[in-house]
Amino acid sequence: MFNEQKIKEIMKERERWEKTTVADWLCRMPERQEVFTTPSGIPIKRLYTPEDVKDLDYLRDLGFPGEYPFTRGIHATMYRGRLWTMRQFSGYGSPEDTNKRWKYLIAHGETGLSTAFDYPTIMGLDPDHPMARGEVGVCGVSVPTLRDMEILFDGIPMDKVTTSMTINHPTTVLLAFYIATAEKQGVPQEKLGGTVQNDNLKEFHAQKLCVFPPEAALKLSVDVIEYCAKYMPKWNPISISGYHIREAGATAVQELAFTIYDGIVYVEETLKRGLKVDDFAPRLSFFFALHNNFFEEIAKLRAARRLWARIMKERFHAKNPRSMWCRFHVQTSGCTLTAQQPLNNIVRVAIQALAAVLGGCQSLHTNSYDEALCLPSWQAVTIALRTQQIIAYETGVTDTVDPLGGSYYVEWLTKEMEERAMEYIQKIDDMGGIIPAIEKGFIVREISDAAYRYQREIEEKKRIIVGVNEFVMEEEPVKIELFRVDPEVEKKQIERVNEIRRTRNNKKVKELLEELRRAAEKNENVMPYILKAVKAYATLGEIIGTLKEVYGEYRPETII
Amino acid sequence: MSGERKIRVLIAKPGLNSHDRGAKVVARALRDAGMEVIYTGLRQTPEQIVETAIQEDVDVIGISLLSGAHMAHIPRIMQLLKEKGLTDVLVIAGGTIPEEDIPKLKEIGVKEVFPPGTPLEKIVKFVLENAPKRGK
Repeated sequence: MFNEQKIKEIMKERERWEKTTVADWLCRMPERQEVFTTPSGIPIKRLYTPEDVKDLDYLRDLGFPGEYPFTRGIHATMYRGRLWTMRQFSGYGSPEDTNKRWKYLIAHGETGLSTAFDYPTIMGLDPDHPMARGEVGVCGVSVPTLRDMEILFDGIPMDKVTTSMTINHPTTVLLAFYIATAEKQGVPQEKLGGTVQNDNLKEFHAQKLCVFPPEAALKLSVDVIEYCAKYMPKWNPISISGYHIREAGATAVQELAFTIYDGIVYVEETLKRGLKVDDFAPRLSFFFALHNNFFEEIAKLRAARRLWARIMKERFHAKNPRSMWCRFHVQTSGCTLTAQQPLNNIVRVAIQALAAVLGGCQSLHTNSYDEALCLPSWQAVTIALRTQQIIAYETGVTDTVDPLGGSYYVEWLTKEMEERAMEYIQKIDDMGGIIPAIEKGFIVREISDAAYRYQREIEEKKRIIVGVNEFVMEEEPVKIELFRVDPEVEKKQIERVNEIRRTRNNKKVKELLEELRRAAEKNENVMPYILKAVKAYATLGEIIGTLKEVYGEYRPETII
Repeated sequence: MSGERKIRVLIAKPGLNSHDRGAKVVARALRDAGMEVIYTGLRQTPEQIVETAIQEDVDVIGISLLSGAHMAHIPRIMQLLKEKGLTDVLVIAGGTIPEEDIPKLKEIGVKEVFPPGTPLEKIVKFVLENAPKRGK
């Protein structure tokens, strides 16, 4: 961005500055640390100048918003046109309980829904399964049948609202529940807008909610991508997720690298179905975490856009610019929130959310301050939503596009993130791809190592966590009220699923499950068969159970 | 050969909760402190956990839960340990366990509960001091 002569002059002056002004100042005031690094381990210099971005070519590397390589944003006007979607991940208890909370959030300005399912639902188990004991409705909402989905959306117009569903290995079934419920509301599937997470690969690296072995899991993800490419033009069939990878302990660089790599795999696998890249790539979406290191996080998001655009163009020869868009949801970080002095978390979330906006997110979830203790209380979730509204309407950061673009530090760090992520991508390529990397335990080990390193740094006070290893208070200054789920939910949900099994046409259900089994055995796309089965009120557990008989079950790893 | 054998610890994840970052970090810290650590992996029933504890002849069981289902799973584990006669095993727990549940867990025999943000050092020290002393 500068000519060579100018850079030389700046370098000369910088060296002079270091020898004089800096040296003098250091005598009076030594720096607080010998070395400063980002949490990913990238060394940070005292000062960044045009020298650090001398190889940056504005038109090649940054360009204009809404144009390749999209570093500055995927839309031309970004938040001057439309704000991000405020989408709070939410769900607990019975579908009735969650329906009530959703209506509350919508009434208070939330602009999109995001569903938290309970563990049995996420694992494809009905509430009366022995492993579901004590877990029904605890961490999310229980949705084992079409009836539950109907109740969940009672009074919520599915043609007006977009819904995100955090569901992975059993995505086919929950998406089928959603389609069938919308149909009952008179909304055809081609009009539905929303997202299913459906990122089955990252379950093996991080979230670990695996039902099926890797190859079958990947096949099911692609079934959904293929189905949506044909029948649901407004639906995002996948949200390729770094969030869980990060929360499991990965660094920002690892989060970026592994997420983008998973994205590459989904594209490759979908291409094998005979679809053209521009037929499905515009609907692929991403999901990143936002932790405390403000600039590294912003750089990560900007790097993600540039990296994905380049991969789509160069590796997959996409022609449609939309295929090159790295559209993403961001969630502030649960694992950075502390159980100690929990009100401090409000401040952490606000700073993280601000970074997400400066990084150009399309939708955002802000965590609740009580997250380290329990599910969000009504008060906590309201403050979380208000935090987004304050950033949107009071701070002015939305008035121009990519306000940090051109910062020597941010541009340098964006480039560092991109290059370091590319090194990991190369490494996985050299291992033979993602399945060997999963099977060798490479990614899991990388993440565990990083998590342990991070914890050690806290123990050694190389990293200060306010209220945990510094500024500790013996007595908690504020007692917060904990939110508890109604303990009767399990009983109620078991009764409902039993009633459905009693009153439906069981002969038909059996036939449809048999058809599904045959389709799975023949390696067909299972989505149409599952849709038929859920309409006859086959349960989640029955459908996933049928698929397990064909695909087998995943055995959790025990790597420390 | 020293007469004292290494302390054997089972780190257990009962139920469907999949958040194992904490469990693994604690497992490594105990291993670095010279203990032998076995990790059950995810999604273990209380029966499986107690069975593994017997098979592996452990001195300590560390239960990790971040799902809020601790009051469903931990009492069952404690009951099974009692039935199998494993009363000298040191049981500790960690994760997102609200303060008000801690006395209830201690009442049924859980020796200590470590909430989020507990220093590893504190957990290691507690295990070293409280693990049952056994010959080789």
